[in-house]
Amino acid sequence: MRQTFAFILPVVAAVALAACSASPSAVDYDKAAADALKNSFQARGIATLDRLEQDQANAACAAADISGQPVEEKLAKAIEAANMKTVKWPADGKFLGDWKQGEVIAQSGRGLTWTDDAKTVNGGNCYNCHQISKEEISFGTLGPSLYNYGKLRGVSNPNSPEAKAIVEYTWGKLWNARAYNACSQMPRVGHKGILNETQLKHVMALLLDPASPVNK
Amino acid sequence: MKNLLALPLATIVAGLATVGTAHAQSASEGIAKYREMLQDGNPAELFEMKGEELWKQKRGPKQATLDQCDLGLGPGVIQGAFVQLPRYFKDTGRVQDLESRLVTCMETLQGFNGAEIAKTPFGRGEMANVTALATFVATASKGMRFNLPQQHPQEKAMYEVGKRAFFTRGGTHDFSCASCHGADDKRIRLQELPNLTKNPGDGIGFAAWPAYRVSNSQMWGMQQRLNDCFRQQRFPEPKFGSDVTIALGVYMGVNAKNAESIVPAIKR
Repeated sequence: MRQTFAFILPVVAAVALAACSASPSAVDYDKAAADALKNSFQARGIATLDRLEQDQANAACAAADISGQPVEEKLAKAIEAANMKTVKWPADGKFLGDWKQGEVIAQSGRGLTWTDDAKTVNGGNCYNCHQISKEEISFGTLGPSLYNYGKLRGVSNPNSPEAKAIVEYTWGKLWNARAYNACSQMPRVGHKGILNETQLKHVMALLLDPASPVNK
Repeated sequence: MKNLLALPLATIVAGLATVGTAHAQSASEGIAKYREMLQDGNPAELFEMKGEELWKQKRGPKQATLDQCDLGLGPGVIQGAFVQLPRYFKDTGRVQDLESRLVTCMETLQGFNGAEIAKTPFGRGEMANVTALATFVATASKGMRFNLPQQHPQEKAMYEVGKRAFFTRGGTHDFSCASCHGADDKRIRLQELPNLTKNPGDGIGFAAWPAYRVSNSQMWGMQQRLNDCFRQQRFPEPKFGSDVTIALGVYMGVNAKNAESIVPAIKR
């Protein structure tokens, strides 16, 4: 007999049937959801199935969102420490590139979907979530406004010793935002290879160079 | 139908120009107004008409109509079916959404190969017909309010699975559905984002699909909407009618209880 469409995919809700005497527990549903995630996706182009694998940070933050209980402080600190270890500092010690190229990167939302290929130059997706320069009125609000980012933090010379702490923090935040906030919604731009070191330097300049429109 | 397809660009540019340097809020009002103007002659009507024809036509190896298709309210009952989907179906033993249920009907009544349809790209062949049929069926519940059943254990299980899938982070950007749709009054660029963890309001979010998309002149059902969400999330591709897509439908549909369906909607 030919398998019918409805039965080709494994049935998640077997969990509900297995537990007909007692109500299924949250653990049963967790298992059913994990199984469903495993059977519901297929690799397409560069978007391969390993993208569904959960690291400690993603697993813990999703569990917190589902239960409505924030990640316990000790675990949050552990996640931040583990992510801090991934931060790679600029090889030549220079943190800032060209803000004009940074603006182009901030505008672009390209890259890493299954309709992109490995040669696509990735964008930073920055304006999708943040206000950045005042000139661009089409900005998202998922993240905080970054207008006047450097100015508000008193950065008048990014190469000065006074600016060192904020410059390094900004690099670390861009490289791996979860190093500072365990469940930050911001992509781990450096750590996940979304932008390379050179591109990150340009974005750094957009945020911190006093000549950048961001700080006007 | 009016000559509306010639209109959009000029209208939206005019809408934005009136805003000038004013902030983004006014720009989104301009876009909302533009959508309202389009609603008068929504091209989705063409897909609805095509769907109605397909429903009544004898098709497939069995040369049968879909008159006996049971969408949850009994064979052939169309009105009101959409606002109670996804739901559990005894004959398949599964919770199904509108589109996967239509494929089951095409398979059992008309003799089509459902697995083949499920593998067909959106907009092509019988998959395009599924979208037209879904538009027809959903439109019959226009103005009705969502009220998904949650009595069956599998319906409850799918809600719980959907909730978990909604918050699962993954891909290169660590995005989940909740990254964009987990809070009120957020935007990507100028696009307003519905909060899908609750009832986002009449005709918003789950209550706005199937919809006609002006930007690419395509009719999209919820399966394609979810497919493109996951593409932008940088996830691998969800299979048509897969557990995660249906579970997300249950999660959004139950959360949208009492929201009015404005389907077929029109989108940018």
